Amino acid sequence: MEPFVHHSGIAAPLLRINIDTDAIIPSREMKRVSKKGLGEGLFANWRYRDVATREEDPEFVLNREPFRHATILLAGENFGCGSSREHAVWALKDFGFRAVIAPGFGSIFYGNCVRNGILPVRLAEPDLEAIVRLAEPDLEAIALHVDAEPSQQVTIDLPAQTVTDAAGADYPFDIGAGDKEMLLEGLDPIAKTMQLDEQILAFRERDRAARPWIYL
Amino acid sequence: MARTLAEKIWSQHAVADPGDGTTLLYIDRIFLHERTGSIALQGLEAAGRSVRDPEQVFCTMDHIVDTFPGRSDITIMPGGTEFITATRAAATDAGIRTFDIGDPSQGIVHVVSPELGIALPGVTLVCPDSHTGTVGGLGALAWGIGSTEAEHALATKTLAVAKPKQMRVTYSGQLPFGVTAKDMILALIGRHTASGGIGYVVEFAGEAVRALDVEARLTLCNMAVEFGAWSGIVAPDEKTFEYVRGRPYAPTGEDWDEALAHWRSLATDEDAAFDREIELDAAAIVPQVTWGTSPQHELPVDGAIPDPAGEADTSRRKAMERALDYMALAPGRALAGTPIDAAFIGSCTNSRLSDLRAAAEVLRGRHVADGIRAICVPGSSRVKAAAEAEGLDRVFTAAGFEWRESGCSMCFFAGGEHFGREERVITSTNRNFENRQGPGTRSHLASPTTVAASAIAGRIADVREFAPEEV
Repeated sequence: MEPFVHHSGIAAPLLRINIDTDAIIPSREMKRVSKKGLGEGLFANWRYRDVATREEDPEFVLNREPFRHATILLAGENFGCGSSREHAVWALKDFGFRAVIAPGFGSIFYGNCVRNGILPVRLAEPDLEAIVRLAEPDLEAIALHVDAEPSQQVTIDLPAQTVTDAAGADYPFDIGAGDKEMLLEGLDPIAKTMQLDEQILAFRERDRAARPWIYL
Repeated sequence: MARTLAEKIWSQHAVADPGDGTTLLYIDRIFLHERTGSIALQGLEAAGRSVRDPEQVFCTMDHIVDTFPGRSDITIMPGGTEFITATRAAATDAGIRTFDIGDPSQGIVHVVSPELGIALPGVTLVCPDSHTGTVGGLGALAWGIGSTEAEHALATKTLAVAKPKQMRVTYSGQLPFGVTAKDMILALIGRHTASGGIGYVVEFAGEAVRALDVEARLTLCNMAVEFGAWSGIVAPDEKTFEYVRGRPYAPTGEDWDEALAHWRSLATDEDAAFDREIELDAAAIVPQVTWGTSPQHELPVDGAIPDPAGEADTSRRKAMERALDYMALAPGRALAGTPIDAAFIGSCTNSRLSDLRAAAEVLRGRHVADGIRAICVPGSSRVKAAAEAEGLDRVFTAAGFEWRESGCSMCFFAGGEHFGREERVITSTNRNFENRQGPGTRSHLASPTTVAASAIAGRIADVREFAPEEV
């Protein structure tokens, strides 16, 4: 897994609340048993006027410059709620995203991000809005019409746990120690757990005696 | 120290402290399905790893399989066959028991797992599927994971998990006539939003929960994820034990006695502290129907479609406006009476025998309105067989419903069968997201009885006005 330490990139605002994983990658875009090539299906129902021909909707944020090259997504509350499909994260990654910043995340999606080298950053809505630097309070408008010249370049420092906007303002964020370590080191979590395998096997032995009905 | 039910199961499964804020939890049961399980098994194999304890791992075909009679590996969904055949091959290689097409135990994972006694009180159970918390209705600690985490669980029999906060939702009083567990959970989400449960394991408690049968408790926990919760759970009781007794994979003989003694210890201590408590008056809940594109966009069936102008929060207001536009609804209008095009009864939320019986009570002696496409998809092959044994299939078909083979079916659109663009569907499923049941399809979530009543009326209807026909 590609480690995440520091990253600077263009941040695309899509501040709708409750963006579900069906919206991030519609089920019909998951055509094969594969983690690859899913970027094309990312936000397919919003990105394309015609999903079949892939005719783009020029108003959608990721179809506009400079956001076609975005590597950080700024999203609304409860991003990635709904289905557990890890394809949502694989699609974001395949498109080029390295981080998502939102006030909150669906819990399975959050875990899926961490396991694929994408940093999910929880920032309070006022901080998020400050990064987007909206002149107007119309959050939806920026998802469709990116005329407000939002700060495009955002920097994330995972060791320091800060997000820095184009004006140089820092916003601290929290992340669990285990998740942070996994991202920083690009660790294989299975290999990490297997270092505790003796304890796992000992637990299983004790448990088999205590709860024999579990062991079919 | 006084502990909650979830904390007890948690600590009983704590294997080690990795020292990073997580707990390494022992996983008793793992379930897979062909949509996300195939990729987990393939990933495991590609990494040169194997499944530890395949006897405790199960797999079913539910997400991609067609639900038409005479179905096979060939699917309406383009490319669907690969999901079925790849899963079958990988599961067979790994020695995993698979409830395949044609197996009398095949069905939707969260219907099959309690029905077969694979999910039990007090166990930890995971599946790469967001509705895994369903079996919390039995008093299991169960939660949805991704495919990569599933690889971890399969390879190590454990998962490293950060402990969720504890919430209790207490439903006091008794549910009125025509109100179900589906209405209870929708009412909670409507009041406390689709993100209200983020970071919590939610214990559902109170008189109205105790009064629910086990299948209804499964419905309640099924949609905890739609509340944003990590999982939901209900303390097991004598009803639970009676439900579990005699199921194919449930303990027997001496094991049963030991298990029962253990299960009886599974309750929240009286003075246990919760991080958050919510109380709802069950007697005040009426049948609920969603109007928008998030489960939090729900209403009492006799309510009026809300006006976004009255919402102070900008993000929520914008989401409401967008939802009204997608759903082609106008603020201020009554939700009941809105004409529908289709009705769907099925999904891991509401497709169990008790759901089908309740819907059949409404349908008996009646017929769906002209032009309404109505479909019933039993949650498992066993549910289907049991329903047929008591003649429910004939009630559904006589009322004008299609009667299908079991599976997830049109709960979601994966490129195969779907509802039409701008079609309005009343559905017993769990997600009313944009395009969920078809491109441009407008979904209204409701209980199976409300779906049945609405199918008859041809419009969103109040089930309380549909007393069972005198036979």
